[in-house]
Amino acid sequence: MTFVPKPKARHPLLKTNEIGLTRRDYEAIVSTLCAGCGHDSVSAAVIQACHELSIPPHQFAKVSGIGCSSKTPSYFLGNAHGFNSVHGRMPSIATGAYLANKELKYIGISGDGDSASIGLGQFAHIIRRKVDMCYIVDNNGTYGLTKGQFSATNDRGSTSKRGVPNLYAPIDLVSLAIQLGASFVARSFSGDKQQLIPLIKAAVLHKGFAFIDVISPCVMFNNHEGSTKSYSHVRNHTEPVVDANLIMPRDEIAVEYEEGTTISVSMHDGSKLQLRKLSDSYEPDDRVSALTYVQQAQEEGEIVTGLLFLEEDAVDCHDILGTSDTPFNGLEQESLCPRAEKLEQINESLR
Amino acid sequence: MSSFNEFVIRFANVNGSGSASANGMFAKALFRMGIPVTTRNIFPSNIQGLPTWFEVRASAREYFGRRDKVDIMVAMNAETYKEDVNRLESGGYLIYDSTRGRPRELNRDDVHAIGLPITKLILSEFSDPKQRQLFKNIVYVGALSALLNMEFDVLTSMVASQYRGKDKLIQPNIRALELGRNYALKYLPCPMDVQVKSADLIGDRILVDGNEAAALGAIYGGATLCAWYPITPSTSVADAFDKHASRLRVDPETKKKNFAIIQAEDELSAIGMVIGAGWNGARAFTATSGPGISLMNEFLGLAYFAEVPAVVFDVQRAGPSTGMPTRTQQSDLLSVAFASHGDTKHPILLPATPKECFDFAADALDLAERIQSPVIVMTDLELGMNQTLSDPFQWDDSRQYDRGKVLDFEDLEQIERYGRYVDVDGDGIGYRTLPGTHPSKGSFFTRGSSRNEWAVYTEDAQSYINNMDRLNKKWETIRSLMPSSEVELRNGRAGIIYYGTTTTPMNESLGLLDENGITLNSLRIRSYPFGPEVAEFIDAHEKIFLVEQNRDAQMKSLLSFDLGIDPKKFVSILYYGGFSISADYIVDEVTEHYVVNKLPRLREVES
Repeated sequence: MTFVPKPKARHPLLKTNEIGLTRRDYEAIVSTLCAGCGHDSVSAAVIQACHELSIPPHQFAKVSGIGCSSKTPSYFLGNAHGFNSVHGRMPSIATGAYLANKELKYIGISGDGDSASIGLGQFAHIIRRKVDMCYIVDNNGTYGLTKGQFSATNDRGSTSKRGVPNLYAPIDLVSLAIQLGASFVARSFSGDKQQLIPLIKAAVLHKGFAFIDVISPCVMFNNHEGSTKSYSHVRNHTEPVVDANLIMPRDEIAVEYEEGTTISVSMHDGSKLQLRKLSDSYEPDDRVSALTYVQQAQEEGEIVTGLLFLEEDAVDCHDILGTSDTPFNGLEQESLCPRAEKLEQINESLR
Repeated sequence: MSSFNEFVIRFANVNGSGSASANGMFAKALFRMGIPVTTRNIFPSNIQGLPTWFEVRASAREYFGRRDKVDIMVAMNAETYKEDVNRLESGGYLIYDSTRGRPRELNRDDVHAIGLPITKLILSEFSDPKQRQLFKNIVYVGALSALLNMEFDVLTSMVASQYRGKDKLIQPNIRALELGRNYALKYLPCPMDVQVKSADLIGDRILVDGNEAAALGAIYGGATLCAWYPITPSTSVADAFDKHASRLRVDPETKKKNFAIIQAEDELSAIGMVIGAGWNGARAFTATSGPGISLMNEFLGLAYFAEVPAVVFDVQRAGPSTGMPTRTQQSDLLSVAFASHGDTKHPILLPATPKECFDFAADALDLAERIQSPVIVMTDLELGMNQTLSDPFQWDDSRQYDRGKVLDFEDLEQIERYGRYVDVDGDGIGYRTLPGTHPSKGSFFTRGSSRNEWAVYTEDAQSYINNMDRLNKKWETIRSLMPSSEVELRNGRAGIIYYGTTTTPMNESLGLLDENGITLNSLRIRSYPFGPEVAEFIDAHEKIFLVEQNRDAQMKSLLSFDLGIDPKKFVSILYYGGFSISADYIVDEVTEHYVVNKLPRLREVES
């Protein structure tokens, strides 16, 4: 495998964002994943979302675990630092990194094996700790790198490429995230850019733990008849309930509201998130009813997508811990090291 | 004939009965009288109801190791009474509650039995059942003050300072002390032959445990994140960090904290957070014990290979698996030195005193950033959880943290092309950049997969070999940065090597051996990888005793691995019963080696 830089040549007509950067500035090396992999669509959506947000690429930090999904941070935001850690343990890396510097934007990329199996414990606990980040799971229901074993998000009865049925109940990460206290929970489909890009933008701006479960078909091992994570199955069984549209402060006037079906939510940075309810019975601000709805749909074999839960004015772990305004990694020695005289007082108390 | 300031006293109690504070007060009183003391808490893995012992060794000669036998036994636990009586030295003193009779068959003719009707005294004085329980312990401390001829004011002033603000507790405590003391003065043979006498042998030293010392060192060393999972015997490192940081690291105006403590869901997560913070430029540490080290293995390998700073305190306990969680051992050495799969190795610091725990904690935080790799500070329950006499902590206000090789924005502006793993300085250590530093220069992908010096993923054989060889070059740089061993030459033909808490009894062992004609030169290892002085010391002696508190002579393996020394050169002295190794044990093992092999002793050779 080789490292393939993309050509730096820039088309003069490439659209620049508010800070004068083109989409190219948000890209990185060429993906080494299989042609048609859903994960590449997610990477493309991340690139598009970050470009549209006009946040400088180096102000992001990318973290991941192990697996196909976790390779993808190499393929977006080349000017951002990335940390491809160990299998299932990205949440702890993200927590430590976020505690060290709360001023960066954190994007975590994980997979269904990474978050629902080996790393389920860390997934649960990062939600409890309310780390301020955008946590994306590229959910393909299979272990691609080891050639197609079932993962824990596979539906019972869904078959492998060789026709063997999965015998065990699935773990639904969206339901877990809602139940464990995530303040932003969404599900989308790698094939639905229109829905996914605004969700990523909103998740990045959301203060608190934002989770997006992206169904992302594996073209090699989980895109066949009998799979419930294939392109065709997902397209035929998706029920979008809440569309999200992020409105930057400057664009607000230009937006047309569709009375009666929209909810406008203020984001931490002053932008507005406009939620368009596609289902009258869906309540995205109520944890219990959102959870019930998602689980009922799952019983019926439907995949509920969109922004499924949002808690406004969420707190994050720095609020809970009461930490300094200056990020830990920017604290000077004077703020960290007590004087020798204090140590002498401690000595005295130990005599 | 009376002896002064030279004895071991053991209190046999039931855990959860409130004995710890009374026993601690007794030890502190001796310390305040200027007598060198050390304490040893021998406790079960249990919350209430099982036997627990607390030992205080007073020693004007500063012999602080554990002794197998004790001079005074305060036998407050019927369940262990037989065992406790047997532990007394011949001629020792047995203090017991004489309210009810004691089993005659357990009497020993060769010890002084001193009956103190503790329950009876308490019943006539206190009505509250809780007070009756707690003050039993205070009564025997009061009696001991008379029996040992202690200054009573020292005890009463300690009670007064201990309960400052809870004034209504002061009088009953003093009353309980007086009950025991007055009874002893009136009815018991006071003082005993074993006595104390005010001295001036403490100087400016302090009484503290190693875990609190390590936590303070981490605060002075600039740690901002403590991520940990509760495990005996390391828990009090995090507790002490919390206690002291809450006073020393809080902005007086905003009340915001310049630190964070996260009690993680497990040790995997704890070390992950430390590595995440280290990657992002904040100093972080975790404290754990053997089982936690096992869980941290994968991450420690990542930090070694991806070159991320991290500091780990391993407060060792006994055994594989759960083993004996409240006992002490040095049996994690190899699992720490090589923690993780593949060609992984980590530097280790081996403190022997609370002062060294403080120093090494702060040094470890500097070192980890300098070498961009995990640094593990290995102590054990003996050092971590027992209060012992220590030199006072010191800090030089002019000391600057060594943040290692980190490029900032201006540095990156000057550079044509940045490569994370390029060995610019020839010491095996590349330059780091932190996330968010520069819009277009210095970003790289940190990973556990193979990469070239530009941090670009590759499985090319030569690139992998180059990287591993550079890590070995870094290992030699690390060697030059580690604290060197303490060598003491006494004109011996043979040498003795030890480390960690084996230091505590070593002074006494060497003294006793010398009296027997066996004079040994000594070397205390303070770190791994080993400095050149270690090989020189080994080469200079025809025989080397190597004392360790584990079954498999783990340090012997490590010395052979790191220095290529023939393991046959060493005579291992191994103790792994879970208590700290005693001076007697070392003396007996060394002496037996001379006897069995019919070796000439030094004094015989000289004459």
